[in-house]
Order: sequence, then structure tokens, then C-alpha cells
Amino acid sequence: MSYTPHTAADIQAMLAVIGAGSVEQLIADIPSQVRLAGPLAVPPAMSEPELVRKLRELASTNLDVDSTLCFLGAGLYDHFTPAVVDALTSRGEFATAYTPYQPEMSQGVLQAIYEYQSLVGLLTDMPLANASMYDAATGLAEACLMSCEIAGRSVVAVSDAVHPRYRLVLETYLRTSDCTLVTVPSQDGLTEVEAVRVAAEAGAACLAFQSPNFFGVVEDSEALIEATKAAGLVSVVAVDPVSLGLLEPPGSFGADIVVGEGQGLGVPMGFGGPLLGFFACRLEHQRRFPGRIVGATVDREGRRGYTMTLRTREQDIRREKATSNICTNQALMALAATVHLCALGREGLRQVSDLCLQKSHYAADQLCLSAHCTPAFDAPFFKEFAIRCPAPPERINEALAAEGIIGGYALGRDYPALVDCMLVCVTETKTRADIDRLVDAIRQIVESF
Amino acid sequence: MAPEPLIFEQGSAGRRSARLPECDVPGRDASELLAGRRLRRRLDLPEVSELDVVRHFTRLSHLNYSIDTGIYPLGSCTMKYNPKVNELCARLPGFSRLHPLQPEATVQGALQVLFETQAMLAQIAGMAAATVQPSAGAHGELLSLMIVREYHLSRGERLRQVVLIPDSAHGTNPASAARCGFKVKAIPADARGLTDVAALARAAGPDTAAVMLTNPNTLGLFESDISQVCRIVHDAGGLVYCDGANMNALLGLTRPGDMGFDVMHFNLHKTFSTPHGGGGPGCGAIAVGEALEPFLPVPVVTRGSEGAYSLCYDRPQSVGAVHSFYGAFLVALRAYAYILTLGPEGLRNVAEMAVLNANYVRAKLRGLFDIPQDRACMHEVVISATRQKNEHGVRALDISKRLMDYGIHPPTNYFPLIVPEALMIEPTETESREALDVLCAALASIARECSETPDVVKGAPHTTAVSRMDETAAVRNLDIRWRPAGA
Repeated sequence: MSYTPHTAADIQAMLAVIGAGSVEQLIADIPSQVRLAGPLAVPPAMSEPELVRKLRELASTNLDVDSTLCFLGAGLYDHFTPAVVDALTSRGEFATAYTPYQPEMSQGVLQAIYEYQSLVGLLTDMPLANASMYDAATGLAEACLMSCEIAGRSVVAVSDAVHPRYRLVLETYLRTSDCTLVTVPSQDGLTEVEAVRVAAEAGAACLAFQSPNFFGVVEDSEALIEATKAAGLVSVVAVDPVSLGLLEPPGSFGADIVVGEGQGLGVPMGFGGPLLGFFACRLEHQRRFPGRIVGATVDREGRRGYTMTLRTREQDIRREKATSNICTNQALMALAATVHLCALGREGLRQVSDLCLQKSHYAADQLCLSAHCTPAFDAPFFKEFAIRCPAPPERINEALAAEGIIGGYALGRDYPALVDCMLVCVTETKTRADIDRLVDAIRQIVESF
Repeated sequence: MAPEPLIFEQGSAGRRSARLPECDVPGRDASELLAGRRLRRRLDLPEVSELDVVRHFTRLSHLNYSIDTGIYPLGSCTMKYNPKVNELCARLPGFSRLHPLQPEATVQGALQVLFETQAMLAQIAGMAAATVQPSAGAHGELLSLMIVREYHLSRGERLRQVVLIPDSAHGTNPASAARCGFKVKAIPADARGLTDVAALARAAGPDTAAVMLTNPNTLGLFESDISQVCRIVHDAGGLVYCDGANMNALLGLTRPGDMGFDVMHFNLHKTFSTPHGGGGPGCGAIAVGEALEPFLPVPVVTRGSEGAYSLCYDRPQSVGAVHSFYGAFLVALRAYAYILTLGPEGLRNVAEMAVLNANYVRAKLRGLFDIPQDRACMHEVVISATRQKNEHGVRALDISKRLMDYGIHPPTNYFPLIVPEALMIEPTETESREALDVLCAALASIARECSETPDVVKGAPHTTAVSRMDETAAVRNLDIRWRPAGA
């Protein structure tokens, strides 16, 4: 199967216009010693029905979350997505457009990004949001590097309650700069205000923390941001946007930079990608922030329109002096989040938030009441919680798999002190019966050990 | 077309769209469950109906040009047809509804897709291994340079801090190098429009970490001295990086690994037909030679002796990670479907037809515009509006804008920087002869207008939903988000 339209007659006619005898003649600049002698060693071409059959077969070897009962979260969440999200983001006019370099022909994407930036601004209560980042991990890394620029210091402090994968990406990014990383330990699942003092003593440019953090615990963002500010550090906060239906946003406490993972807003889990990083900061940082941004302006006739702006920070103009090297970002995912938030609306997001809160607390209570588990931490949580299990979490998960349940995330790999703990996620997609099934199954499993 | 109000300017208080189930567990007070944390008082999200949402975004889509709308000859961006069957594959719940932390036994098909996609990309690159972890071309550049850095450090070479980049390169190359802590030194092009080998030989030395080269280069020309270039850099102890933005010209004809490159990035959203989404998601997969394989990011997908796939984190020399999980899996999946559809002959046909189409456009435009390198090009041709500027005061940007009035998306303008008044045209292999004829006829007509009615061109576009934007005002009166009344 092929997507090239030319017939043999077309090719001959076109070669005649070019004045070449063959296509081969056109590629004569490729020296013979580097020409590929034979065909590429990839499988032979497939027709569309053959391809679809093969991909369906491969897909069927996976266990998707609709065919099981899955309590995994840990940075990626199964939330209900209204059908309008895929219907609208599938439109070819959005999906098959390039970055909107030519505003006159790209007002659709530009206005959608402006609305996306507005929604991020509203949710986080921040004045400036960019057009998106690759994911929360790279957003956090860029935020910390930017903090070093702002503060003129070269130490980044991060709470160890931040997602371990985000911290790995942060570490990877920092290794290419002059900056070093200080990881501040959390206490009982919480980043204490004490962390700010540790960060300041280390000469840090910023303190980065996450709320709800990796353990699902809602940090005392207000106290942390105030202490960070008082110590003269830049505050970098990673948030779950779904939690902001209920919780006061970090912008209201004066955070300098707010980042997060937008996947829960209408983006499929998709085995981990593509994701949606969002990035917001205070106005005074407008010359330093990474990535693209869309602004409203007027055209020659004075009509309202949208265009990419603050472009002089960017790589195609500033080259090696650019604030980042980002061009392609996650525009279609940003569109998905925009449609999703519009479809949910004010009450819808509040309701999703509240359902997550209620159901996760019900699950935590039941697991402790009936399934011999104990809470790992005594701290407020949003939709995920760590529980201490009376048997190794890995073994509980193996037994759960036999019951058609995917259990929580075993924390021991990232936090050796929590080797007997499991991170359980319960979103609005789970019913009371689903939760009771999990609780029952764990009870039976631990009683049989 | 009528302007579309912001979604915030639509709807009315209390209007709702999506409905969720009632809470089926005993409800408790949020302030009790979240004691000690401040609850949100104000949340100004839109209040609209589902039909409001559908109409709003459908109308916005009508204000947008796309490949599905018409020819999109945006040079360096490879705006080829995005096959619909790939979209179907990416929406199979067995792929789209997987959590990345599920037990490996429950995601064998997904791991197989990652493993085989990476193996096929390595084969196409002529290199040892590949990873799809980077989310964009620039991200792939950054990861590649991180690997280059770790490689030199692992050999105790701390002084290799310079990256050599031709002055015709994309701006991302120097930006990525700087982001990775390298100093950038520019290499000029020679009269042929190719990398000046003598200048490169003078610049390469004990401080050279790598050379970043785009091949074919941004003039659409194959760097025919590539083997010599690689030898010079290797002799100086540096590595050679291939910016694969223009890989569409090379598929099945030649492989960067065979030319001597050590590391490269692909843009799956260019060469391998995954939709660009109005600015992403992309996938900037990279391929590396054997010497660099130990430095790939974690996790690496491996295949055991029993045929089972797993994720390996035990890679002591790895640079770390550049993504929250394993990269844009669903983008890689589309590329996988595309490669399987085309097969080896189909891939080679892509390159050949892309080259044919670019040369056809070049032949048709000869005489109408200056063509700085008017000889056989690869997948794209760079023309110049210098004559139109000097004789009629019409600039490349004006010609681009006027093309919109003919219903066609403009080429890339003012790039590469080494060509004045550049218009970079990349037709791609999926455009028919008729579509190319329409493009060339429009450019011929505009060339005539430049001499007969230059003001029409300078004032273009005249038929789009909006005319040229006041970019200065956009910066001066920065307005990047809507604000509710009273906030």
C-alpha cells in the first residue's frame, strides 16, 4: 500500500518538465559508497485490512483498563472523558495543521491555544501560561532551570515527595547545566516548612514541591510558598489540575511558577504518552519562560485576532541565546484539555474533584477497616493514598491480577522505607461496588497469607 | 468568515454540559476531609451546553488551514498526508486505554510495538539502537547532545565543549547545544551551498564535542562530502550528529549510519506521517551507533530469550530520562503502522517521489523567481524573492501572504538565513501533479502581480478571516489570557 499518487505516465511527464531522464538522475548527489545496496530490512508492505488485523491482534494481547479494574495512578490517571473531546480533536483542520506560524490561516488553533492558556491561568490563578510543555516532568525541569536564571544561583532544591520520574528527568536536565540538585526529605508523607530552611541553607535558587504530592497527600502549599518567598527563594509548584476544582490554587498563595500534568483533562493514558505539560508563571518572568505563547491583538482592519507572541525569546530568532529550544509542544493535547474543561464546566470539574475525594476516602477507610491495612501517613489526601499492607504489596498485586484487578503502585522501588506500602488511586470512574471488590479481594489475599 | 467569540463570552450562568454519576459512597464534608487546607472559593470555568462546545470548536476549525484542506508546502516541516488508518489504530482501546505502570505481562503488545518501532527506526537509520522517548525534534536534539556529553565524560574528555553547526542550520540546533551547556561555533557554507569542508577541518579540534549536520541540508541539497566530513570530525575525536528533519529525502536510499553519523533524531511527525496537531504532539525519536547505546535513557525495552518483552532500568551508563514515562507511545504507534503499510519499497518510493515533486516545482518556477542553487535538489527547493524585492519592493513575506488568497498555505519564509528573501518549498510525496500545478500556477500569477499590481501583493492577504496581525501591539499590550469580570 502506498500514499503516493503518481502513475507511471505522471512520472514520465514530470521528468520531461524537469529535463531529467530518470529519478535516479535527480539523486546522483548521493555518493555511491553511501547508497543503500539492497532494500531496508523492514517487513514487507501490508494492505489496510492486513494492517488493521495485525494491530487489533497486538492490541488484544494487552489488558486495557476497561477490561479489568485498575487502581493505578502515580502520575497518570483514568478520568472520564466526554465523547466531544475526541470528536472535536479528531477534526483534520486541527489534527493535520502545523504550528501556527501564519496567523491568517491558523486562527482556529491560535484561538484554541489562547483559550487553553486562559483556562490554565484560571485554574492555577496565574497571570501567564504558555502554549504547553511536553509533560509535567520536562515542565518541572524547565521551571527549575528558569529559577536558577531568576535567582542567579545554581542549586535546585526539590522535595522527595515529588514524583520520582519527574525528579529523574530533572536530574538528567540539570546534569547538562552548572546547577546541582539537593533533594529534601519529606516527613510522614509531607514536605515540611523545615524543607525551606534546608533549601535556603544549601543556597538554592528554588524549592520545588508537588501538591497533591506523589503520595497523594495535599501539601500545605500556602505555608510552603510563604516560607519560600520569605527565604528569598523561587517557589515551583507541580499540581494536579483536577484537584483544583476543590483546592485553592497555588497562584492565590503567590507561587512563582506552577507546572503540572494535564493528561487527566481529556488526554488518553495511551501507555504513557503523548502527555500534556502545563506551565504558568508570574508576569515579571515573561522574558525568561520557555516555550511558545499566543497573544490577542488586532489585524490591519482593527479586528480581534491571535498570534504567537514574545517570539524574541525563541530559538528560530535567538538561536543559542533562546530561553529554551522548544518548538513543537503538545497543541492537540492542549486542545483536548480545553474542550474537556469546557464540556465539564464549572460545576462539572467541581463534581469530578469531589467524587475523587469522596471515593478515595471511602476506599482508604474500607481498606483499613476490613482489609487489615493501615494508613501510611496521617495527612489529607485527594485521590490517591498510601497504605501499609500486612503482606508485600508485590505479592498482593500478583494475587489481585488473578482476580482481574490491577492493584496500586508498590512504593518500595522508589522509597525503600515504604517497602510495605502501596499507592492506591481511586477516581470518579470507580463505583462503590468496584471499591468493595478491591477491598474484599485484598482482605481475602492477606488472610490467606 | 465571521469571527468566533471566546468560549468565555458564550453560555450562561448555571448551564451545564457533561453529567457525572451521583456520589454512591457516603458523602462527607470536603472541609473535614481536607482539614487544614484552603478550599477554592472561585472557579470561573465556562458554563455552556454540549452543543455550544461542539459548534464553537467546529467553527474554530473552519478558521484553520490543514493538510486535509489542501497542499501545505511548508519547507522543512514535511506536511505529507496523515493516513486515517493510523488514527484508527491509535484509538484501539488495547493501546489508548493502557496505564504505563501496568504489570509487564498485561502490556506485551504495547511493549512489542515499542520494541519493533525502535528496531525499525534503527534499521532505517543504519544504527544500532533507537528510543522514542523524546517528545519533539528539539527534544531529540537535546537528548542526543546529552548522550554526546556523557560519552566524552565517560572517556575522561572534559574539554570537549564546542559544538560546530553550519550557519544554514535550524535555530533549534544552536539552542539545543546551548541548552546542553555547549559553546556553539558556526561553520559557513561554500559556493555550492554545502558545508565548507576546509573551514570545518580548521574548526575541528581537541575541544570539539560534535558537529550537528542536517542532511540533506536546509537548501535541499545532499551533503555529498559527508563521508569526508565525518572522517574529519572523527579524526579530531568528535562525534557527528544528524538532524533528521529532512529524512524524508533519504528513506531507503541511504542511511545516516552508513554515512558515518554517530547519532540522529527523527521527526515521526514529519517523515513518518503522524499528524502535527497544530503544534504537537510530536516524537523526536533518536537512533545511536553502538558506542553510544549504553547511554540511552531508561527504561530500555528488551526482548528475553522466551520472547517476552520487558522494561530495563538497570543501565549504569544511561543519561537518565527525558520523559515522565516512555515517550509518546501513541505517536510511535502511528509511525509503526505507517512503516508496516509502506514496507521497504514503499519507504524508498516516498523519498524518490518527494525528490521528483520538489524538482518538478523547481523546474516550473525557473525564470519566475531566483533559484540560488538551480540544480537537482532533494525533497525541497529554496527560491528567492530578491528580484521581486529589488524591482518592485515586494518581499518574500508578501508573496507568502498573497498565496493565501489563492487558497494555499505559504512555504517557509526567510529560512535558511543564508538565502536572502528565501521561500523554502517542500511539496512532499503525497501531492499529485495537479496539486503541484495549482501551487506553481499561483506562484506564477503572483510573480506577474509583483510587477503589475505590487500593492495587491503587499497588502495581502485579502480573503482570509483576518488580515496581517499587529505583532508589535501583541507584545506591547500583552494579552495572553481572558480574565473574568471582577478578578
